[in-house]
Amino acid sequence: MQQIKTTVRQYIQDNFLMGAAEQYADDASFMEAHLLDSTGFLELVQFLEETYAIKVDDDDMLPENLDCLDAIGAFVQRKRSS
Amino acid sequence: MSQLLHQVLDATAARLPEKTALVSGKSRLAFADLVRRSTELSMQLQRAGIRGGDRVVLFMDNGIELVIALYAVLRLGAICVPLNPQTKADKFAAIVVKTRASGLVGQASLAAVWREALSDCDGGCRIFVAGMPTLLETGEEYWDHEAETARGAEAGEVATSFSGDCNHPALISHTSGTTGVPKGVTLSHRNLVSIVATIGDYLGIQEHDVILGALPLSFNYGLTQLLMACATGATLVLERSFAFPVAILQTMAREQVTVLPAVPTMFAMLAPLKDFSAGNLPRLRLMTSASAELMPEQVEILEHRFPAADLFVMYGQTECTRISFMPPDQRALRRGSIGCGLPGQACWLRDESGERLGPGSTGELVVQGDHVMLGYWEDPEATARKIHRDPGDGMATMYTGDLFRSDEHGWLYFLERMDDIIKTRGEKVSPREVEQAILRIPQVSECLVVGVADPLLGQAVKAYVALNCATDLTEREVIRHCLAMLESYMAPKTVAFVDALPHTYNGKVRRHDLP
Repeated sequence: MQQIKTTVRQYIQDNFLMGAAEQYADDASFMEAHLLDSTGFLELVQFLEETYAIKVDDDDMLPENLDCLDAIGAFVQRKRSS
Repeated sequence: MSQLLHQVLDATAARLPEKTALVSGKSRLAFADLVRRSTELSMQLQRAGIRGGDRVVLFMDNGIELVIALYAVLRLGAICVPLNPQTKADKFAAIVVKTRASGLVGQASLAAVWREALSDCDGGCRIFVAGMPTLLETGEEYWDHEAETARGAEAGEVATSFSGDCNHPALISHTSGTTGVPKGVTLSHRNLVSIVATIGDYLGIQEHDVILGALPLSFNYGLTQLLMACATGATLVLERSFAFPVAILQTMAREQVTVLPAVPTMFAMLAPLKDFSAGNLPRLRLMTSASAELMPEQVEILEHRFPAADLFVMYGQTECTRISFMPPDQRALRRGSIGCGLPGQACWLRDESGERLGPGSTGELVVQGDHVMLGYWEDPEATARKIHRDPGDGMATMYTGDLFRSDEHGWLYFLERMDDIIKTRGEKVSPREVEQAILRIPQVSECLVVGVADPLLGQAVKAYVALNCATDLTEREVIRHCLAMLESYMAPKTVAFVDALPHTYNGKVRRHDLP
């Protein structure tokens, strides 16, 4: 799971933080920090589907699954094992 | 109409003190508590030197704190300047300077933006921070909206409540203009109280309604949902983001939302979701659409999913809040029309020479009524171009800058904007503002920004960029540069690199010659 979080953190740094290495906790909400907006989350989902060969359904599009690194790590792991 | 916005709230709270006014996540607030907490904040603002007529910036996501702050500022007779929480430092600073704001109520998670924006300022702006940042800076103080006792009340302090003229300014709403510098639409208590009463009336908003507040309160369309709730005793369910529409549908079902105000992009995001149906949302009785054209295919989907609900297609501008609505029972007969105006408003079409046109013509829509703004903040030239004020009776006539066709019965059909403003996701984008941002990239020599049709967004922002050197600058980098400088909806969706922009013989760029 740590590898997933590291990869996604780098993706966010490259695509939403202009390459700046900003510090934020693994459980920090992206919405709260205005890091990702609605389009940003759609792009993130596309990245996850392509990188991890998973399918994110409409019903999966919830903050519990996508709004912080911890949530994404757990979600991707769950999707890969099912 | 002599009531002021906070007096409207006070009357509702006196009538329905325990009724839930606001729901936000797990928090709920009753009307009487909203009055109490906004009064306490107004006293804290007053203690810090904020006075009637002062401009106070509000910089928060949709939530209970923002609503408390809005009414606190209004109660003092001060002027609210709500800013989109996505506003970046440069624009933030420009607005603080232009409005000479003496106060800011900001959400802790956005502190980095105002600290950067105000770093060059002389400290004339008192800052009230909602939520706890790690450390306060000079000029900042905490505002704890959940504090049980009011400090002022202990000291025997009495809260003042502005009770002056209803033409006093209540709000400055910033809207993008073609020059790239936002204009401050200044609306009075009377402008807002009158239009909210009109809207609530034609929509039939009642005390038992539960309204979804997913539109930003910094946006007039979003703000009217709050003002209608406070005028009628309806409950407002606040959402700060539309990033997770599935979660919003769950909230709508749980809270038994009866009214869904949206822009077409939101309806497009909801349409593919199976839970967006009358079966899952049996209480949904009313949907409204404004800010961009709602496509016939979208109308069909909404009619199909919610056969018992009313759909109101509406049209308006920040400068007067609302201009027209289409009565649902007429929509089928006049597909594509946005209605024929509003009660209490006069409107007509005029031609290029300013002549008033009769029904069955094409021209610019012109509007008169109590809802027309006072003007653009400290910008008499722009105001004079937008509003003509009769020297005799002071009646304001407003030019919408939108081209319409009317049929023989006076029903209106939107044709196009007369200026270059792009409407994407229902938001106005100034091409000039985006061009100015892109020109800050060193490798860019020229650029042109246009709107292109997009099924989800209405229009998408597209940038044509000419470079001044050999470089591997990518589309992605241009977009990210814009995301860092501008609100996210302003960033181009696509970027095309061209060798040069086509110019006319006198040097102006020819937009229509681009691929």
